[in-house]
Amino acid sequence: MKPRSHEPIFWSLFGGGGMLAALVGPILVLIVGLLVPMGMGFGPDAMGYEQMRALLGHPLVGFGLAILIALFFFHAAHRILHTLHDLGVHATPRLKQICYGSAVGGSALAVLVALVLVVRA
Amino acid sequence: MTQTRTIIIECLRFHPETDEAPYYQSYEVPFTAEMSVLEGLQYIKDHLDGTLTFRWSCRMAICGSCGCMVNNEPVLSCQTFLRDYHPSRIRVEPLAHFPILRDLTIDQTDFLAKLESVHPYLIPSADDDPGDQPRNQTPDQIQDYLGYAQCINCLLCYAACPQYGLNEAFTGPAALALLHRYNADSRDAGKAQRMDVINAEEGVWGCTLVGECSEVCPKHVDPARAINQNKIVSTQDYFLRFLKPRGRR
Ligand code: SF4
Ligand code: FES
Repeated sequence: MKPRSHEPIFWSLFGGGGMLAALVGPILVLIVGLLVPMGMGFGPDAMGYEQMRALLGHPLVGFGLAILIALFFFHAAHRILHTLHDLGVHATPRLKQICYGSAVGGSALAVLVALVLVVRA
Repeated sequence: MTQTRTIIIECLRFHPETDEAPYYQSYEVPFTAEMSVLEGLQYIKDHLDGTLTFRWSCRMAICGSCGCMVNNEPVLSCQTFLRDYHPSRIRVEPLAHFPILRDLTIDQTDFLAKLESVHPYLIPSADDDPGDQPRNQTPDQIQDYLGYAQCINCLLCYAACPQYGLNEAFTGPAALALLHRYNADSRDAGKAQRMDVINAEEGVWGCTLVGECSEVCPKHVDPARAINQNKIVSTQDYFLRFLKPRGRR
């Protein structure tokens, strides 16, 4: 019997990140890139420091964003690993450690920043 | 239109016992509008060079034996027409990613072993024996697997799959699609026996959803869809096994 692959863990994180990127990405581009600069539906200070700081200080927003960023990291790590494989650089345990390790590091940093923002809100 | 034109067919030649390496040989073949690439090869064999070796049987896209690369694309040669290439020459080669037996014929041993590994037959459960009664299915139950049952084992999908090209341990499109064909059949109860093939690194996880298999499949089997549905199945199995009673993981 062939050994079971642990890919479901990374594939789920990859899928979660990809789905959220597809859902949240266009909305963010619309708000940050179009609506706010054009002053449509948002005040001139909508993205000002004070407003943003207060927004991120809310636990739901702060940690929600951290989880979103973490999933994006895992999505990227998985995609890079598989693209390298397609280019002929095969996934050695070391390469996996580098890819997913960076994602873990980036995620930890995102959660840490969220924690600081929320606690010192 | 029965007008005869001439096309140059360039064939890969290789006889492992006498040739050091494969080489190409060109033939000038007269053809009419309704002639397939396979008929072009048959013309060569009958009139120009009896030593050219290739497989065929049905001449109507159902036996799956005439697959080859035409201008680098995996096709059924009986379903591909010379008129679509004229006036350019065409290059005919054996299916990519497989060892060559001779000229245009490939060695299918690897695929046959994989096909066997997915238990490609109905495995009814012991306590569901209809006796001598027919085992009826609703139209919906038939639709669940009918598309995947169209596979003719032509192996075009393996020749198209870059992941199989990179790693021949990958179970591959057709075998996984056929695995799904039986799992999706209401008369089958053999899912558990096929689970380790799905779950393996070389199983559905060898696929990165390039999707070329479904592009080239002459029977519209859509192996990419079957494989990716089973990534969800494998993921559920991976996490939910911890909820199952011990000994059944
Ligand atoms: S899935 Fe399609 S391309 Fe692949 S072997 Fe079956 S019929 Fe041929
Ligand atoms: S000869 Fe049978 S599929 Fe082409």
